Amino acid sequence: MTTLRAGWIITQRELAHWVREPWGPIFGLLFSIMLLLVFGFLFGGAITVPGGGDYIAFLLPGMMALSMMFGVETTATKMAADAGKGITDRFRSMPIGSASVALGRVGADMTNSAAELLVLILGGLAIGWRITSDPASAALAVLLLLWLRFSMLWIGIFVGLAFRGGGATSAVQVLVWPIGFLSTAIVSAETMPGWLGAVAAWNPLSATATAARELFGNPTGLTDGVLAGHAVWLALAWPLVLAAVFVPLSARAYRRLRD
Amino acid sequence: MHTLIAEGLRKRYGDLFALDGFDLHVPAGVIHGLLGPNGAGKTTAVKALATLIDVDEGTASVAGFDVRTQAARVRRSIGLVGQNAAVDEILSGHQNLVMFGRLYGLAKSGAQTRAAELLEVFGLAEAAHRPAKTYSGGMRRRLDIAAGLILTPAVLFLDEPTTGLDPRGRNEVWTSVREVAGRGTTVLLTTQYLDEADQLASAITVVDHGRVIAEGTPEQLKRRVGGDRVTITLRGPVTDLAARLGGVADEDDHTITIEVTSGLAALVRTLDDLGIVPDDLRLRHPTLDEAFLAITEKEAAR
Repeated sequence: MTTLRAGWIITQRELAHWVREPWGPIFGLLFSIMLLLVFGFLFGGAITVPGGGDYIAFLLPGMMALSMMFGVETTATKMAADAGKGITDRFRSMPIGSASVALGRVGADMTNSAAELLVLILGGLAIGWRITSDPASAALAVLLLLWLRFSMLWIGIFVGLAFRGGGATSAVQVLVWPIGFLSTAIVSAETMPGWLGAVAAWNPLSATATAARELFGNPTGLTDGVLAGHAVWLALAWPLVLAAVFVPLSARAYRRLRD
Repeated sequence: MHTLIAEGLRKRYGDLFALDGFDLHVPAGVIHGLLGPNGAGKTTAVKALATLIDVDEGTASVAGFDVRTQAARVRRSIGLVGQNAAVDEILSGHQNLVMFGRLYGLAKSGAQTRAAELLEVFGLAEAAHRPAKTYSGGMRRRLDIAAGLILTPAVLFLDEPTTGLDPRGRNEVWTSVREVAGRGTTVLLTTQYLDEADQLASAITVVDHGRVIAEGTPEQLKRRVGGDRVTITLRGPVTDLAARLGGVADEDDHTITIEVTSGLAALVRTLDDLGIVPDDLRLRHPTLDEAFLAITEKEAAR
């Protein structure tokens, strides 16, 4: 109980930040919308979806998955900033459970990402994207997207704690772009050279993007391959694997602050 | 009965012993200074006592609780004010203290009452609802100290609380530290500033290379360094005369500083015999700076 309560108090700290300084998160949300418009209209005209279908309908679930992955950057940066400023040490000197700090981060970042998803959904609906499936499937799509974000959170917590210097977070900020684009989030793997397409298909981001497309009733850009027919299972399994690796690594990094 | 006890603490980072058999005994209710240069092991000692790091060897207790086996109870008895002002800069002073208060287990209303009290005590009531990043260095430090005092802890650790502050901020923090000790909290204050330990602490432990090299009241430490000092100010060059008198010359200030070993009268007689009339002649106790230098030099010579 005390660990959860402390986690919630640390989450509220972040919510209070948004009230005090709303421009940071607002620009974050505008950035997602901007990316959506850039790909939807600037590049979109030049992109055809294998297997047919509208590019905007293909793009939206991909953008959602991409924004969930980009969240890793926020998590790592904030985690490292608190450790660097001694705020983490202050929390550690307090009578609260050792998972509280991470839980606070989870609460804040999941809230942030849920808001981002909502903005992308509303923005998508405004530019002609439609959910053509049933509400239960659509809800499952949203949950799978948040599930990806949850696994990314633990990568961010690990990186922020284990490499407290600014270098690691900068590396994360740069790396998310090639990793994000080397997936089926923006374009179908089938339009890529064979080997690159194979790599992109195995990107965890691709599993979530494809699963969301299937569940929202949007074109998947797939005609065959590993993702076709297994995307939902893969979108459950990939984040589970990532979390299974990075939750213990994060816990170890937190314990190693004691060294 | 000692509130803080450390015995034989050892902590190794690679080839370096940050703590190398560190001992400390601090009675309740005092301000105890932990004095040493950068890298002497002061922060490591504080972190070990505040349950933030594990030591390789040795035992320590805080307020009667073992830091290793009773860490949760130790955390309930301490406040830690680290080297950085660890407050949230976006939140206001009031929001910071309410957050920390709730983390210490207070209910929301209790945390708000306590926050208001502490802001009043530390002279931050007027700035209570401004973001902490608009605070001066001294104000931020005082907020930091207030955050360590929410539960009126038995022990407050202050790790170099005035580093980087201007003289005014420093004075504000000193006043706050005295205020804290006046309310019965034991304060362990680490500092590189010798006059700070002299001003605030009733006893001082001098640390270097992870070990205690001297301990005592500021007066005792100063006495260890020998007699009082006389500073003579002259017109004209001072180097030659300084050599004859066995003192240290400072050509820029035209002063000679001499340790008085055989009485002041003898020195004045010598000056008289040489026909020298100083512009100024002052007798003073050795500064803690000189004490530290003398102690570390003795240590290095061993």
